[in-house]
Amino acid sequence: MTVRIGVVTFPGSLDDRDAQRAVRIAGAEPVALWHGAHDLGGVDAVILPGGFSYGDYLRSGAIAALSPIMTEVKDAAAKGMPILGICNGFQMLVEAHLLPGGLIRNDHQHFVRRDQKLTVTNADTAWTRDFSAGQEIIIPLKNAEGGYVASEETLDRIEGEGLVAFRYTGVNPNGSLRDIAGLTNPAGNVVGLMPHPEHATEPGFGPDTAAAMRSGVDGLPFFTSAIAAVARAAA
Amino acid sequence: MPTIVVDVMPKSELLDPQGKAVSGAFARTGVTAFSDVRIGKRFELTVDGEVTDAVLAEARRVAEEVLSNSVIEDVVAVSVSGAEAAE
Repeated sequence: MTVRIGVVTFPGSLDDRDAQRAVRIAGAEPVALWHGAHDLGGVDAVILPGGFSYGDYLRSGAIAALSPIMTEVKDAAAKGMPILGICNGFQMLVEAHLLPGGLIRNDHQHFVRRDQKLTVTNADTAWTRDFSAGQEIIIPLKNAEGGYVASEETLDRIEGEGLVAFRYTGVNPNGSLRDIAGLTNPAGNVVGLMPHPEHATEPGFGPDTAAAMRSGVDGLPFFTSAIAAVARAAA
Repeated sequence: MPTIVVDVMPKSELLDPQGKAVSGAFARTGVTAFSDVRIGKRFELTVDGEVTDAVLAEARRVAEEVLSNSVIEDVVAVSVSGAEAAE
């Protein structure tokens, strides 16, 4: 069985092709989806990619969250389909209320681009099972509106329920409360994060590691995890 | 033509990086009268015809559900401007 993973292109998406490439490298078939269609093309999982959909007008991800295809994405999420939001896709997921909280401009007001250390805090989601809890990984980060915020009450709740999937480690690059870099929903099928795992899936094009320049492939387990989750659900 | 004005502000307890940047510029240029700046958004919704209670209610709904994100922002005012405002 070849797992088919859809990648939705919105006006202003930048990393849709990179996400498709990551899906292919991980061993699944990427399927290009279009924001304006009420159709998921029969895919097994969906990625909302990074970029600046609709120029980030109104709020980052806000207008994309109202796109036609998001109706189908929300339905599929409710039925347990693995959904991954990367950067702008994470912003869409919070704007669509599939994940709690919000993302605001980085506290230092600058765009940031760095190879970011993260700790995997929840390794029991559709997108993180190929990691182990507490594992430290390096994933490229690049955003201007990555400051994660939520009320104290919400923060306590999501920490208590284990919904924090990734935490910034070493450096908090954007002022995110409680160093939150990514979240999961309670069912574990919907995951969103600001860093870009699709940029760390192919030797020669990833972050530097101690072993060699640009050899980092810590993003690959996101995609292999989802492929395994789909295969397990089908079995 | 009447216009409904919606004002949205970042929540007071959250950092407003844009406002902070302006505060910093004030400090650098010797403006000392203001201790803080916060930046929000003003939306102008044009209404073709009368602003009825139903239209105003719809404006309040989109203000809460689309124009603002209640996690990070508050709708601080929804008001009618223009000549043909309903009583």
